[in-house]
Amino acid sequence: MSYIHIENAGKTFVENGAEFTALADVNLDIDKGEFICLLGPSGCGKSTLLNAIAGFDLANHGSVQIDGKEVVSPSTKNVTIFQNYGLLPWRSVIKNIELGLEAKGIEKNKRREIANKYLKLVKLENFADSFPRQLSGGMKQRVAIARALAVEPDIIFMDEPFGALDAITRMKLQDDILDICKTEKKTIIFVTHDIEEAVFLADRIVVMTPNPGKVKGVIKVPLHHFRDRTSGDFLLVRDKIFDLLNMKTEESIEYNI
Amino acid sequence: MKKIISFKYVFVSILLLIALWQFAFTISDYSEALFPSPLMALQALIEMILDGTLLASISASMYRFVIGYGLSVIIAVLLGLVLGSFPKVFNYVNPSLQLLRPISPTAWMPFVVLLFGIGDLPAIVIIFIAAFFPVLLSTVSAVLKIDDIYFRVADNFGIRQPALMWKVILPAAFPQIANAIHLALGSAWIFLVAGEMVGAQSGLGYQIIDARNNIRADILLATIFVIGIIGLFLDFLLGLVEKKILKAWGGEQ
Repeated sequence: MSYIHIENAGKTFVENGAEFTALADVNLDIDKGEFICLLGPSGCGKSTLLNAIAGFDLANHGSVQIDGKEVVSPSTKNVTIFQNYGLLPWRSVIKNIELGLEAKGIEKNKRREIANKYLKLVKLENFADSFPRQLSGGMKQRVAIARALAVEPDIIFMDEPFGALDAITRMKLQDDILDICKTEKKTIIFVTHDIEEAVFLADRIVVMTPNPGKVKGVIKVPLHHFRDRTSGDFLLVRDKIFDLLNMKTEESIEYNI
Repeated sequence: MKKIISFKYVFVSILLLIALWQFAFTISDYSEALFPSPLMALQALIEMILDGTLLASISASMYRFVIGYGLSVIIAVLLGLVLGSFPKVFNYVNPSLQLLRPISPTAWMPFVVLLFGIGDLPAIVIIFIAAFFPVLLSTVSAVLKIDDIYFRVADNFGIRQPALMWKVILPAAFPQIANAIHLALGSAWIFLVAGEMVGAQSGLGYQIIDARNNIRADILLATIFVIGIIGLFLDFLLGLVEKKILKAWGGEQ
């Protein structure tokens, strides 16, 4: 069986007496080391699915299993990175990165050593003693990434992590995350509504549509780790997604005589 | 430079206040014994400093204040952190708190004197009550308002109680708690004087009553002035501590 196994997973809420289906009948298998993007417009249930796998908000239908075990709560083996960073503003950058290591009971010097290593990996070694409020959005998200990597998780969940960043910073971080993936070899599940971001990052893209939230299709991205945002293959994959999301306009033909 | 400018404001402002007092003294028909001039009050102040009564009063008052206010803040913050962490329990406690909160601490005074007699305790109890409710309720509301994302992060990294309390809940709620502690300082100091006027035989509040009984309005006004100065000083001192902690926790300085 695959590493992450999702079978008929669904999530319904009761709101004002009416039942609302946020997610319906998701079947998905994810292998170890895969980079998966959950892609779709708002309301398609992509964050709901992520939270169900991460254990923050469990699915109430079907089953979600990681490594053969049903997900019942967040695990320290899998770390989530949020859009608004989730850094603790009262802790310096280095202390933020040490947060997960403290709970693991790692002794002080060793903690600092590990934290410094990951701080270097995200190229923020000059900001160890800064506080989050002194950093830009992109830098904050790098700290969150370093903090997640420091506990050496099996899976990293990312919930629109670059959604609050400007386009150029976002592309820079996309490059960085691909670099980090190459060296760290993590399973990553990445929620986004940005089609190009998904094509650029993912091994497979799970395209989702709303009302009710469901998986429309899964697209394999055969671009490996060398990605060129302007190459023909890149555009081809993007085209397929547009197709799945019914975002292609019917070609109108003009006749000129 | 900024310091010097603010000193200028303080100086002018106090000078104006004294000038107003002097003016009122000049035009009033009251006898000097009932409504003394600033200079007479100053002389009374010097007299009190020299014969040691002022120091004795201040130390009696400060003793009560430190115990009453200190205990109140510590207990209110701890209780607030716990109640904030268990909103369902708080729902049962809150109505009683809302009932007790609007009661002026001085209303408890006769009851407290009946129970504990005259001495240190009534003033301490009054100060305790004055600071307790605002700090408790602010702490609870600060804890309830903590952004859910901090709990998710803590949960994700396996941070459980009791570490959760001092690594996440306390620092996240601290700015609002500090604000309440600061405000409560002012009201606690106000009620210290009220408490000592009724329930004590020493301290600054008692000294005011004593001065009235001896028709020493100069001592009375000098004491009032001292109460103001100490209140201002305590406020300044707490502000410094607050800033230090906020800075250590990455807040704006």
